[in-house]
Amino acid sequence: MKKYIVKRLGLALISLLLLSITIFLLMRITGDPAVLLAEPGASAADLDAIRQQFGLDRPLWTQYVSFLTHLLRGDFGQSFYYRTDVFELYLSRLPASLLLASAAMAFSLLVGIPTGIIAAVRVNQWWDSGGKIFALLGLSMPSFWVGLLMILFFSVYLGWLPSSGSGTVFHLVMPAISLGWLFAAVHMRLTRSSMLDVLGSEYVKLARLKGLPEALVISKHAFKNALIPVLTLAGINLVIMVNVAVVVETVFAWPGVGRLLYEGIAFRDFPVVQATVLLGGVMIVVVNLLVDILYAVIDPRIRYEG
Amino acid sequence: MSGPLLDVRHLSTHYVSARGTRVTRAVDDVSLVLDVGGTLGIVGESGSGKTTLALTLLRLLPPAARIVSGEIFFEGADLMKKSDGEIRRIRGKRIAMILQDPMMSLNPLFTVGDQVAEPIRVHEGASRGSAWNRATELLKSVRIAAPETRVREYPHQLSGGMRQRIVGAIAISCEPRILIADEPTTSLDLTIQAQYLKLLRDLQRDHNLALIFITHNLGIVAKMCDQVAVMYAGRLVEAGPVRQIYNAPAHPYTQALLESIPRVGDNRKRLTAIDGQPPDPAAPPPGCAFHPRCPKVMDRCRSEAPPEFRVADAQTSRCWLSDPTTR
Amino acid sequence: MNGSAASSRSASAILTLPRRLAAFRTEGFPLIPIAILMTVMLVALFANVLAPHNPEVGVLGDRFRPPAWQANGTIDHLLGTDHLGRDVLSRLIFGARISVIVGLTVVIVAGFIGTLLGIMSGYLGRWVDQVIMRITDAWLALPGVTFAIFLAAILGPSVSNIIIILAAVYWTRYARVVRAEVLSVRERDFVRLAVVAGCSKGTIMRRHILPNVVNSAIVLATLQLGQAIIAEATLSFLGVGVPPPMPAWGLMLADGKKGMMAGYWWLTVLPGSCIMLMVLSANLLGDWLRVKFDPQLRQL
Repeated sequence: MKKYIVKRLGLALISLLLLSITIFLLMRITGDPAVLLAEPGASAADLDAIRQQFGLDRPLWTQYVSFLTHLLRGDFGQSFYYRTDVFELYLSRLPASLLLASAAMAFSLLVGIPTGIIAAVRVNQWWDSGGKIFALLGLSMPSFWVGLLMILFFSVYLGWLPSSGSGTVFHLVMPAISLGWLFAAVHMRLTRSSMLDVLGSEYVKLARLKGLPEALVISKHAFKNALIPVLTLAGINLVIMVNVAVVVETVFAWPGVGRLLYEGIAFRDFPVVQATVLLGGVMIVVVNLLVDILYAVIDPRIRYEG
Repeated sequence: MSGPLLDVRHLSTHYVSARGTRVTRAVDDVSLVLDVGGTLGIVGESGSGKTTLALTLLRLLPPAARIVSGEIFFEGADLMKKSDGEIRRIRGKRIAMILQDPMMSLNPLFTVGDQVAEPIRVHEGASRGSAWNRATELLKSVRIAAPETRVREYPHQLSGGMRQRIVGAIAISCEPRILIADEPTTSLDLTIQAQYLKLLRDLQRDHNLALIFITHNLGIVAKMCDQVAVMYAGRLVEAGPVRQIYNAPAHPYTQALLESIPRVGDNRKRLTAIDGQPPDPAAPPPGCAFHPRCPKVMDRCRSEAPPEFRVADAQTSRCWLSDPTTR
Repeated sequence: MNGSAASSRSASAILTLPRRLAAFRTEGFPLIPIAILMTVMLVALFANVLAPHNPEVGVLGDRFRPPAWQANGTIDHLLGTDHLGRDVLSRLIFGARISVIVGLTVVIVAGFIGTLLGIMSGYLGRWVDQVIMRITDAWLALPGVTFAIFLAAILGPSVSNIIIILAAVYWTRYARVVRAEVLSVRERDFVRLAVVAGCSKGTIMRRHILPNVVNSAIVLATLQLGQAIIAEATLSFLGVGVPPPMPAWGLMLADGKKGMMAGYWWLTVLPGSCIMLMVLSANLLGDWLRVKFDPQLRQL
């Protein structure tokens, strides 16, 4: 168990290292980093100052070490556009992102779990085909297009919902649905397969042998067990949602970290872009690590394997 | 009540593939009888249809299976004629079953007490409290130490032996008339296996149960049962009192099985001593299904399936050698 | 000849193909998805002939013209015009070209890199396996979309950059799947025979292992085609993908926002429908191939 956790921890560190090296190298290799790091329209003197400040004349590996030490201190630089510390800026945008992701998660689970269960219980019937089509549509429609279609219909034609911004529950509805759409399909598929697994298990057989009504077999013995992998995945997906919300936040002008990344790109505010990507990567690596450890705690088979 | 407790007549269960093109005769024209308090062993290799037969008795089959013909008289009434609701009230209450893998049959997310009390609450409408009290008593009756604390624990907190006893307790919770035990010993080691057999025997004695014992192990049948039915490719090839069949087996398959008796505790899944492979249940050989492996095969066996012959008092055999007209 | 017996054995894996092809006619053959994909490819190929107008030049006097069947529409612009007066139909037709080129190139490049690394990792084992798999694991842990956006922001918008970026993000899956396949293939008789016959490692990997894992790679490529197309559209929509004024579908959706509030629906509905139709077709074909060729891949 300990060995397994240490191994996973090592892998997570390698991931983080790889992420930082990739970002660092890409910035150095693709042209003059001083130009990237300087504000658009900076003078030659400004560029020289930046080269001095970041030690761009020194060897690459010393540059990397100083890059890394800055990051570890939480120093991601200053935003050109907002004139504030990038890390603070990121943190200030995070609550909005989490709110959106939570709402999208709620939507995706409310849609995905019931449809997944219905599809599993009525295998190969009309419901199952319907569920498959729904899942395929979810995987085939870009989330931002779902958002655009909803704006067109609910905001422009019907005038029911605001097309952008934040503040009220109404502002949240469409971004949450367009972000949650794909995940509803994913959660539906997983619920279905997990439910099918559980329905074939010995304890469900025993529940039927006990003479329990089928409704009780499913609602009590199958449902709870089938939900565990779905909720675990939902935990990871919440973090992934924060990070893939860029397009949806852009479409609806939702003030989260995704929108921050988009602004960073649009305004050539490079420290913002770099910080958003790095912090997003850290979040995902950490969550993957936590899930792996959690699984090892739950499932003894993994422990021995490690 | 007069007559046998369970009287199965010409029962056939087939599996039909999704497109309806392939039919597997998992249970084919099976007739058997079980008396009150009696013990019947059903013996066969894996894939011979033993488990399907047991599930057919409870009418609890996977969607692909169809009971195509036959009657199942239980306490005088035909189970085939009962509605789904009626049959559900028999399951777990009048006829109970213990699955192949008792370790995996407990739901990991609910307490032991909850799972033992469940059939009592469902079948007898008992209140939560009284059902729990009964559950505690049941645990005591299967000799689990400190039942008051065990009822509140989860399956993973218990040893394998205890989990089996709990599955046993669930099976007898509503005082059933018949207990079906499906290969209850395959996954167990020697000591636990012996303990478990003893538990089943004790339960049978204490509750006057009729026991149907499904196994591939003739040695266990000899110890546990008074009647035996040998299954091969969905059919009963030989049936009768254990002692009679062990002394004078009529069917070559039974003879081969007896020659290869594994001792109690031998955990081999297949009886390897018989040459050849068991037939593909979806495409059994024509004639007698055993003929490709039969040492005494005759021409007739290859084309014609033998009917059931009565070889002695209460002993039947499906083999042309037992045909009284040719003997 | 050196190892000829061995190579004829591995060739038998390919010889079974006609039997597999016979299975194509049986169940659930995805005729409509294939027809759609073929149509899109033909449209992409003959875009110059099919498109009635230049997709990148518009007449400002013809801005926001609705499709022909609506009031104020003209036959000349069958599906209307955008905010610069460019013909939507022509842009959609040329957009197919970009989607097809980007999508196919990405899955081919990613598939090539991933398959190569997967075979090396699975067959050579030892430290090669360790290094490649650790990098793959680490790479898989990175946030794909954000990372692609970051790369795109640095490299700047261009079609070739998009391809490089998406291939860099998508190769890991192939490496994982192919490696797992190789681990089982390498234990099969014909590979052992080839080893005994003295074939070099390179020959074995190329002639005996590759033909046996290529099915899985193709199935995966089909399944990822849709993902690659969506990713391209996403990057283009955000302005870090295909540069304007090229007629990429994602870019058209970004432009379409300008007319959305006025209710110019065709600028939003049409390009998105094209993306959805193509991705849906690729997914259906991929699902079908997966079940046909490679039951082990089902849980992917």
